[in-house]
Amino acid sequence: MNEHTFKPETAAAHGLACCTTCGELSRMPDTTSFVTCPRCQSQLYFRKPAAIERSWAYLISAYLLFGPAMMLPIMETGSLFGEQRDTIMSGILFLLGSGSWALAAIVFIASIFVPLAKLICLTYLLVTIHKGKPTKRLHRTRLYRMLEFVGRWSMLDVYVVTLLSVLVQLKGLANIYPMPGAMAFGAVVVLTMMATLSFDPRLIWDAALDQHQTIPESK
Amino acid sequence: MVETLSACHECDLLQLLPDVPGLTQAKCARCGAEMHQHQPLDHEKPLALMLAVTILFILANSFPIIAIETAGLHQSATILGAVQSLWQENMKLVAGLVLFTTLIAPGLEILALTALLVCLQFKLRPSGLRTLMRIAVRSRPWSMVEVFVMGVLVSVVKLSHLAQIYTGIALWSYGLLILLFAGAMTLVNPQALWAEIKPDE
Repeated sequence: MNEHTFKPETAAAHGLACCTTCGELSRMPDTTSFVTCPRCQSQLYFRKPAAIERSWAYLISAYLLFGPAMMLPIMETGSLFGEQRDTIMSGILFLLGSGSWALAAIVFIASIFVPLAKLICLTYLLVTIHKGKPTKRLHRTRLYRMLEFVGRWSMLDVYVVTLLSVLVQLKGLANIYPMPGAMAFGAVVVLTMMATLSFDPRLIWDAALDQHQTIPESK
Repeated sequence: MVETLSACHECDLLQLLPDVPGLTQAKCARCGAEMHQHQPLDHEKPLALMLAVTILFILANSFPIIAIETAGLHQSATILGAVQSLWQENMKLVAGLVLFTTLIAPGLEILALTALLVCLQFKLRPSGLRTLMRIAVRSRPWSMVEVFVMGVLVSVVKLSHLAQIYTGIALWSYGLLILLFAGAMTLVNPQALWAEIKPDE
């Protein structure tokens, strides 16, 4: 990854870098050293450094933990009537059984649908960049925007387990303890968020080249 | 008409943004991303909102979020208490995550923005302004107060069959905090803030 190719009308093609922290446009000096934005002093680069590689790394780790997060129990309820271990899915079924179908839908979307959709969508974005096809770029950009927006909602179940395990400490009557599934699930949420944050949506638009020119990436 | 050369932060397309008075929002011609305008900023209203948010954040963390009572047994939860108990259960990773996303990141974001607006309002120019703004921008993705409140609601439903549930001032504070913070965010334009911080350096 020593060179990037850019369409001529982009800022990068004109040697200008748009700061990812403050949005200021500055001329990139012709050095290979660490450059900072004159306005906010964050690191300045044409494209986030090693965006694709970092995204893949976080994404693959998230894939590996997704199975355990879904299969392992996230909490254990001990009561007079015995012990019960809940996975994310059984928690949703419980909500459904108690008649709160709206909450069951919210938890299903936040805990199963969103993480899974994030994994699949990020894979799609990364694969299409590897292929370099200039198709559906607007759709892909919108998809990325959506990922940024919804990713945080997956933390829902982590908070629920936290609150339940603190509150339900009723000696002899009922006790709830967090289980390793919660750890795996929390890790999936963080890893997919890191993958989204290290991805650079500008790469989607760099792919198609009519008359292209190359610019050395500054580090 | 004065025009500013800007690049879209999502697709890097160079474009000229006209400086039209009163125009607060522009969209990238190619990918539709929001491009911020350098419009003059009124500090007073966002500052008032952020001060209220700061107070609410302190309130929300000083009182129990939920309490339950059944068969004479009483339990209540605060965020710090919850983190502590997770830590003791050897769920240190989850404890850290909860602490960071519900207390540290939102706290940093709220404090940094409030301090920044106070400085701008009273024309103070300490050297740390850019750092404050960077802290606010960076902690943004990790501040998950609204998700936490939804988690509280789900917990309430799950517990409703088991015990009598009390929610109080902390939960109301959280609800109001989310609304007021969203209000402040519509008035605060990060691009305009950055532009204001820059000159005296």
